[in-house]
Amino acid sequence: MNIPFIKYTKVYYIFSGILVIASLASLLIFGLQFSIDFSGGSILEVNFSSCDGSAVASCEGGENRPENSVIQEKLQDFDLGEIVIQPIGANGVIIRMKEVDESVHQQIILRLQEIQPKIDEKRFESIGPVIGKELRQKTITLIIVSLVALLAYITIAFRKISRPLSSWQYGIISIITLFFDVLIPVGVFASLGKFYNIQFNIPIIIALLTLLGYTINDKVVVFDRVRENLLKTKGGNFDACVNQSLNQILVRSISTGSCTLLVLLAIFFFGGETLKYFSLTLIIGIIVGTYSSLFLASPLLVSWQKRGRG
Amino acid sequence: MPKRKSFLILITILLLAFVAGNLSYPDPLNNGIDFLNSRLRQGFGEQVKFSLPHFWNIPFRLGLDLQGGTHLIYQADLSGIDGADHKNALDGLRDVIERRVNLFGVSEPVIQIEEQSQRLIVELAGVKDVKEAISMIGQTPFLEFKEQKPDEEFNMILQKQQELEGMTFEEVQSVPDWQIALDDPFTSTQLTGRYLKKAELIFEPTTNKPMVSIQFDDEGAKLFEELTTRNIGKSVAIYIDNTLISSPIVQESISGGKAQISGSFTVDDAKTLVRSLNSGALPVPITLVSQETIGPSLGQESLNKSLKAGMIGFILVIVFMIIFYRLPGILASLALIVYIALNLSLIKLIPVTLTLSGIAGFILSMGMAVDANILIFSRMREELKLGKGFLISLEDGFKRAWPSVRDGNSTIILVSLILFSLGTSFVKGFALTLIIGNLIGIFSAIFITNNLLRCFGGTKFEKLSWLWK
Repeated sequence: MNIPFIKYTKVYYIFSGILVIASLASLLIFGLQFSIDFSGGSILEVNFSSCDGSAVASCEGGENRPENSVIQEKLQDFDLGEIVIQPIGANGVIIRMKEVDESVHQQIILRLQEIQPKIDEKRFESIGPVIGKELRQKTITLIIVSLVALLAYITIAFRKISRPLSSWQYGIISIITLFFDVLIPVGVFASLGKFYNIQFNIPIIIALLTLLGYTINDKVVVFDRVRENLLKTKGGNFDACVNQSLNQILVRSISTGSCTLLVLLAIFFFGGETLKYFSLTLIIGIIVGTYSSLFLASPLLVSWQKRGRG
Repeated sequence: MPKRKSFLILITILLLAFVAGNLSYPDPLNNGIDFLNSRLRQGFGEQVKFSLPHFWNIPFRLGLDLQGGTHLIYQADLSGIDGADHKNALDGLRDVIERRVNLFGVSEPVIQIEEQSQRLIVELAGVKDVKEAISMIGQTPFLEFKEQKPDEEFNMILQKQQELEGMTFEEVQSVPDWQIALDDPFTSTQLTGRYLKKAELIFEPTTNKPMVSIQFDDEGAKLFEELTTRNIGKSVAIYIDNTLISSPIVQESISGGKAQISGSFTVDDAKTLVRSLNSGALPVPITLVSQETIGPSLGQESLNKSLKAGMIGFILVIVFMIIFYRLPGILASLALIVYIALNLSLIKLIPVTLTLSGIAGFILSMGMAVDANILIFSRMREELKLGKGFLISLEDGFKRAWPSVRDGNSTIILVSLILFSLGTSFVKGFALTLIIGNLIGIFSAIFITNNLLRCFGGTKFEKLSWLWK
């Protein structure tokens, strides 16, 4: 079996281009909905189920969630800034608001108990602006250090490759495709933020960094193959050599991706709310990353080599 | 490889699997031991002293987000304290809060100080009433002894205050320099509640009015003696939570570190004060700047859901491996089970506090560990297709796959190390299990999968190509 990958280079470029434009557009138009991790604020999750914590299954069926306007009304006496109320599960809501102190928090609970005396407070987070700012700075440092480390890794990994492209060219292509791998999930989250109020939080950034560490290897593996084949077929056709490498590596790439994807899908569907978008980031990223190693990184190699020649 | 060596390795793997398996889930073995012990009694009568010991049962440590609890960050206000004494003040603060929290009866509370940012972090796991806990920590009274400002200034402020007494706010504003009266005539001293040893409720013998008697520790007693010596004939002010309680005039220098606070309190007031002073007066004022509270129901739910996700992920991976890689797939599944047992054992032994993100890291690393096996198998398949012999294919396949396995795991470990060193608690939990998972993943690929495959060399399984290709 020999699939002529390189022949369809244009198709990949157009498809990738569309993805990039769509992501950039979504990012620029909608922007990211940063969570309270970065901006400071409070988040309160309560369950309006009328049964106690040890709820029996029959109890959960009842639709007890009050209308958002009812909750808004209860909270209007407090200075909470812009309140965002989001339904969760059968009877729960997540309320996002300005940072409040403990006494206001307790008063809010009292007001909500007027709606349903047995509410179960599942989660309360309040992050002051100072801590928010610190987390933001910490995260930025984290991103920069990781990127520098990965760049250093790329430089070392491709040090030995040469002919007909030099190692820095492999490096630059890797960086371009890694950028692509991160941009697409970020674009998706910009849209999710706009339409579903999904917050862009620290776990998602962590997922993106982990993703970089993961997907960079796909590139290294593809380029390693190309190098190996280049050494074998001294003076051979560069196109054919890249194409052959891709064919050899296709099954491995896809099966490797699928195993990690399988466990991530399990987390996404069964792992609960907190891990949902964390795993989604990785799922999108790994699919995009596998695609870009096969259909973007290698064609770029060939295109660059041709330009250099012509 | 000689038969004997490969046999030894196989035994080692089995032994490792047995120990790790029972370490991570000792219940079945211990139940079996219980059953044997009861049989022993039945067989030989109750007088048998001998009984089989249980296997080591170490529980998992669960993080706040899985058992419910609260994570609080307090900012300490050290503005009134000399730079050199900051560490002392923070240590004192931690001790006091520790005492407070212990009174509350939380198991294994975590109380840490961050010297640089002058913060105090309190983690209370499994606490039912977070509201109560926060108010107990926060309401700790801040006891402070102050002395008079220099005479001139002190008298001026006092005079102004007397002058303005009884006036309405409008009238006050017409008096020249009325702002002076707002100043505190007293200035802070080093003596605060951190040197307090004990407080007691006493009654003044003549008037029978309630008073609070306090006893300082050695250092506090010295400070108190200095303070009183310095201020004979002047007043010393006692402030609690920045409110003036009383300002008695010092008659003589007091050594021994005993003082009495007589204010206009009721017996109940005095009792409350004594109780809160005893449980610890804060050496410096603190404010709550961040709170993260997870209710017990959400914790349990997160735990159940993440475990379920792990189980389903595990089954999916095994099914996938067996369908795509047949016999090697089965071997890889066995290796995966040993891998999980080893991983869980290490998590218990270190011990790693398992958080939700930690479980995510664990599950993710499981997928990645299988990746390593896939890399080896696909390379081996390629070699087999070239018509090479079984053991040669295995060796070459392994050799060729190794750089990818090594690089793949090392970049993840590299990123995880950075995450671990710089990150917040969510990040750390994830990074740590991911690092452990990847290290064991490498080990399991090299040692377990590789050696299990070798065992088939030279057997008739080797000839059944459909099992391998």
